[in-house]
Amino acid sequence: MSIVTVQLGQCGNQIGHEVFNALCSDIHGTHGLCSKKENESYHDSCKERFFCEEESGVPVARAVLVDMEPKVISQTLSMAARSGHWKYNHQSHFCQKQGSGNNWASGYSVHGPRHKETIMNLVQKEAEKCDRLGGFFTIMSMAGGTGSGLGAFVTQCLRDAFPASFILNHVIWPYGTGEVIVQNYNSVLTLSHLYQSSDALLVHENDVIHKICAQLMNIKQISFRDVNQVIAHQLGSVFQPTHTAGGGSGYSRNPLGDLMETLVPHPEFKMLGLRNIPQMPENSLAYSTFSWPGLIKHLRQMLIANAKMEEGIDWQVRPPHPGSSIPSKPLHFNTSIANLVILRGKDVHGVDLGSFRDPSLYTSWLNPQDAFSAWRTPRAFNKYEKSAALVSNSQFLLKPLDSIVGKAWNMFASKAYIHQYTKFGIQEEDFLDSFTTLEQVISSYTIL
Amino acid sequence: AVSLPFAVGQCGNQVGCRFWDLALREHAAVNKKGIYDEALSSFFRNIDTRSGGNGPDIYEGKICSLKARALLIDMEEGVVNEILQGPLRDVFDSKQLITDVSGSGNNWAVGHKLYGCQYRENIVEKLRKTAEHCDCLQCFFIIHSMGGGTGSGLGTFVLNLLEEEFPEVYRFVTSVYPSGEDDVITSPYNSVLAMKELNEHADCVLPIENESLFDIVNKIHQMINSGKLGSAVKQNSLVTSSSGSAKTLQEKPFDAMNNIVANLLLNLTSSARFEGSLNMDLNEISMNLVPFPRLHYLVSSLTPLYTLADVNVPSRRLDQMFSDAFSRDHQLIQADPKHSLYLACALLVRGNVQVSDLRRNIERLKPSLPFVSWNQEGWKTGLCSVPPVGHSHSLLALANNTCVKPTFIELKDRFMKLYKKKAHLHHYLQVDGMEQSCFSEAVCSLSDLIEEYNELDATKDGPRIDPSRLKIAV
Repeated sequence: MSIVTVQLGQCGNQIGHEVFNALCSDIHGTHGLCSKKENESYHDSCKERFFCEEESGVPVARAVLVDMEPKVISQTLSMAARSGHWKYNHQSHFCQKQGSGNNWASGYSVHGPRHKETIMNLVQKEAEKCDRLGGFFTIMSMAGGTGSGLGAFVTQCLRDAFPASFILNHVIWPYGTGEVIVQNYNSVLTLSHLYQSSDALLVHENDVIHKICAQLMNIKQISFRDVNQVIAHQLGSVFQPTHTAGGGSGYSRNPLGDLMETLVPHPEFKMLGLRNIPQMPENSLAYSTFSWPGLIKHLRQMLIANAKMEEGIDWQVRPPHPGSSIPSKPLHFNTSIANLVILRGKDVHGVDLGSFRDPSLYTSWLNPQDAFSAWRTPRAFNKYEKSAALVSNSQFLLKPLDSIVGKAWNMFASKAYIHQYTKFGIQEEDFLDSFTTLEQVISSYTIL
Repeated sequence: AVSLPFAVGQCGNQVGCRFWDLALREHAAVNKKGIYDEALSSFFRNIDTRSGGNGPDIYEGKICSLKARALLIDMEEGVVNEILQGPLRDVFDSKQLITDVSGSGNNWAVGHKLYGCQYRENIVEKLRKTAEHCDCLQCFFIIHSMGGGTGSGLGTFVLNLLEEEFPEVYRFVTSVYPSGEDDVITSPYNSVLAMKELNEHADCVLPIENESLFDIVNKIHQMINSGKLGSAVKQNSLVTSSSGSAKTLQEKPFDAMNNIVANLLLNLTSSARFEGSLNMDLNEISMNLVPFPRLHYLVSSLTPLYTLADVNVPSRRLDQMFSDAFSRDHQLIQADPKHSLYLACALLVRGNVQVSDLRRNIERLKPSLPFVSWNQEGWKTGLCSVPPVGHSHSLLALANNTCVKPTFIELKDRFMKLYKKKAHLHHYLQVDGMEQSCFSEAVCSLSDLIEEYNELDATKDGPRIDPSRLKIAV
């Protein structure tokens, strides 16, 4: 099954480009550590999922690029073409000249309706090129105007036009200390709207990735490119072909469906966080060895203690005693609804993941067997001899979400900037509806 | 997306002239292949001159003949004629000019009411024609001074017109405010009458004070003449310099100061023209920096003022550039933001600067900058890859800060001094359409604005009480 990617706004397009780069470079890599046959199968599966064949032989990404200003798309298209390994379909993009001015209302209420038909036509064309459509993957930031506002609108349109398809929104959360002053408003509006139409939101926070770049990747002068490459690596570790639990010999044909089935048992809980281990600069890889028990131990503690990376983990945090009543859950303990661990590389089949099945990690209303899944693939990913990814539906994002809603509410109480939104048709009531939706989500995750 | 500058009056046109010159210089430095690209098209049309001066626009391919997208308006001919005889003569054509001979006599009413009425159709027609050539018009810039008659009166008339004809296009105004010792006696009248128009019809105003420009020019002179760094400075990097541009050696007295303003406008529009990892368009500036419609007066600072030419001298640390942006020496108006209240702040960085440099400096500077309680993290940032000519990096800071209040209070005081005595009032009232109520409404508008700033200032040292959140029934 194939996935159609929709890249929205500057962030969405910049990241999308790095993702396809990472996928391509991984399948051409010689560090698969597996048989030629396995490698070819992996290669084919990835190609089917994300690329389509062209006469020239250069794989064409199954993607639609959308932005309200031309510079980023123009750059993205040419950079991809220059790589020689893959490219975008140069017809598959839509841009305007004006931009959305960081105004969610402009993206959602003005650009959305105005350009709906053109954009959806492009999506339809990409969908038709797929033998079997596995769903949509949208990439956007929630801080600006296009990715956030137009992104929310397009997601709604996707839901209306493809009611049976899976939609996964990859949402970038901005740095806490401002990239955009109205980022908290834009975030609240985006998240509340996406919650209605999307199947799940997979979140990356700029602050977290920045720390990974600084502390794990040892990058001195961190650029957005660096940040985007780490994000692309993490996404690749989830979306490259895997064998699912049900197994069989082939790679999973329905990645988005499998993801939703394992991680989103209830529509009230759609926020997914992502952790990846190990992460290090490429030139250190040759000198490092890891053991699976070590990696799994760290990953589990990262889950429990809500650590953002493998350094600085708080080892004091422990799950609550089995049999204890709910109110006595220890502080800082991250309760999960469902978790998915994806293992890639050497000796994956022997790895013991029992520690992730511990019922005390999970909320009580799901069977622990149903709450945890593991996908294992012997083919190594992106030169890492062993790597593990954790996709988690848990309280990972509770604090950041609460912080964003709190700041937005504080600003809303003073009515600052509201006139910029009402100008384009988003009223105070719309804000209140969004706040209510998100307070509900916060409340639901809090009482897990 | 196109930004369309309107230079109105003597000051406006002198600044405008510097702006076009430096814009050409900037694009020449970046555009090596001579191809007419998206960046150039935001300020210039590309005309096919083979069929004479009225050739069609060429949208792609080689640069043929560049024509500035602009309107030059003056009620005297001196300045505009000089531009048309100077090295920029091929950049403009007669269809972009609106001139008269007698000037406005430093009288806002003459500029606004008399000439406004007289030239309305002419202006609208030329405006529409100019706009037709733009495939996407994002923003108008008005460049003028507040203290005279044409720039102030006719300039604000044009502002009104722009709102009527193109209500969706943003209106940025760069206004040179008169100092206390301004030699035009009626400058307070002109300024306050113009302020009302700016309050009501501008999206963003960048007030500039000659004193600040003068101080910057002096600072640079001292630095060069002190002998310490003199020969080591890259001439074309000076924020005051015309070096490398089309202009000939004859530098006029205000050129250095006007170059500073021209550089402000170039930096402001850089992220809209050139690529970068975090673009900042003009509509984003308005969106992020204007929390309430009338509070749209922004304090601007430019840094660096120069770059050292000697590569063996270590370039000023990047962090120093950020610190300088918050130093009063680099501001274009006399104000004290650190002791007032920041409502919002934007940092537009150009050149080899990455997001980690931005973050590090914001973290470092934040504690010393008082922000309003509902916008504690109120930073808007942009990263443009292309630095200005002569520099490896630069920073433009725009702050919405209550420190503009004293400037407005002083203006009001100077106005009231004249108005109480009814000095020179008859010169205004004898103009058709001008009544005493124009004056009282104008000063009222200014008072209301000052009051809005007062209310915000009052929150400054008060206790911080966050409003309680919505409660959800479980």
